[in-house]
Amino acid sequence: MHDLAERHDIAPAAGAAAAADAGLWRRLARNAFPFITVGALWEIVAHLGLFPAQFFPPLEAIAAVFVRLTLNGVLPHHAFDTLVRLSAGFALAALIGVALGVLMGRTRRAEDILLPLVSIGAPLPGLAYAPLFLLWFGPGNVPAVLLVGFVSAFPIIFNSWTGVKAVKDIWVRAAQAMGADDRRLFRHVILPGALPYILTGLRLGLAQAWRILVAVEMLAAVPWGLGWLIFGAQEFLNTDVMLAGIAVIALIGLALEKLVFEPLERFTVVRWGMMAS
Amino acid sequence: MTAERIRSLRRGAITLMVVAAIYQAVARSGHFAPALMPPLGTIARTLVGMLLDGTMLGHAGATLYRVLCGFGLAVAVGLPLGVLMGRSRPVEHFVLPLASALMPIPSLAWIPVFILWFGLGNTVTILIVFYAALFPMLLNTWSGVRSVNPIWLRAAGAMGANERALFWKVIIPGASPFIIAGLRQSFLRSWIAVIGAEMLAASGWGLGWVIFDAKEYLDADVMLAALVVIGAIGFVTERLVFGSIERATIYRWGMARTPKG
Repeated sequence: MHDLAERHDIAPAAGAAAAADAGLWRRLARNAFPFITVGALWEIVAHLGLFPAQFFPPLEAIAAVFVRLTLNGVLPHHAFDTLVRLSAGFALAALIGVALGVLMGRTRRAEDILLPLVSIGAPLPGLAYAPLFLLWFGPGNVPAVLLVGFVSAFPIIFNSWTGVKAVKDIWVRAAQAMGADDRRLFRHVILPGALPYILTGLRLGLAQAWRILVAVEMLAAVPWGLGWLIFGAQEFLNTDVMLAGIAVIALIGLALEKLVFEPLERFTVVRWGMMAS
Repeated sequence: MTAERIRSLRRGAITLMVVAAIYQAVARSGHFAPALMPPLGTIARTLVGMLLDGTMLGHAGATLYRVLCGFGLAVAVGLPLGVLMGRSRPVEHFVLPLASALMPIPSLAWIPVFILWFGLGNTVTILIVFYAALFPMLLNTWSGVRSVNPIWLRAAGAMGANERALFWKVIIPGASPFIIAGLRQSFLRSWIAVIGAEMLAASGWGLGWVIFDAKEYLDADVMLAALVVIGAIGFVTERLVFGSIERATIYRWGMARTPKG
């Protein structure tokens, strides 16, 4: 949008605004078109009666369930519990992951000791641990949060480690030559230098946490949570409830991307000139 | 350099031994039931026993079959569609919004829906793997095709390359680092998805199923043995398969620098 307006700066301001406006509408229409097409196809199939309506509900039925469950507070409660679990597990992973990763990047000894453990644990699909965690900690919130934290810690550790190692030697030596002590070196050189990587790690970790949390909720038999909502609805063949739950999951996933990470990246990394916007 | 490397290796080996010893000590101490925390010897015996009588191979075979079907399907759809998206704007405008809306939904969230639609069994697992693997493949191919240097296209065009030659000789090799990154990422996602899908939707065979089933009987040794197999398969595909694909293609073509060491 921005560069569109700039290119038209010879034209009168009102004309530029109108052109930008038209561009906005065209873009909106372009983005809406695929959804309308797919929605229409879905409606046609649902109303033709090829499949029982219970298994393939029309969109208006899903929307009605969505509105009903939102108004009586069931859907928000499930979504809230899922988000709390996600935040708790991710916070755990972020704290431990960044600390371990930075430690590994700073001292050779920590790297030698931790790297074998991390490289053995990382490639295993996190969900494979789920039954083990359930066995050890019993069903409920504890294994769910621990598992999410455990799984999302690996990309955070790896990226923090790489980031600290990627800080240019010249910056460190320059800061030392100018008399920076260890603490200031860390706060003003190493941390900002490693930040692009750490943020990437956090982003990957959160994405990973999000991908498995729903399945963990299905396995861990927690009383509330979107995964449990979907899984429980299967028992009663409530496809409309399941699809409404999936819609909420999609909205949360999109919101995580658009509201958490893109702004964070703009405010820190891009602003400090570490990465092109 | 070599002395340092030897020291690193020694320290790594010591770490692993210390961790194994601590685990063994805790398992032997009797604070936890041996069913929940079996000693290493029991795990090894279970693993060898299951390998020898063929059950573990059957489980691994079932899992690999599902992964390869789903992953192959994802490549068969994602690769051409990604190239098409990169080459034609209408396709890009149609597919991209749908992909960005579907991508944030974890593939495993679809399991209950797919079970209702297709029943328990291989179809559900394969479709879940397909869903998980499709988007990394699609988006990486798309970015790869878009990142092909336009000068190469114009140069090839000026030298009289037709559309087909342009495609096979310029676009595909040019996009290959992205495509291979996409394959790798897709396989990783497939591998995660198949374990989860098998836990929730498979019946009888599969590494994910065996872990989940062992929980019912408190067979922690079977779970840990299956974890070892899962880790080994993941390691082999990551290092050997994708590593050699990368060496044979993009490093040889000079598209990426060979990693040091």
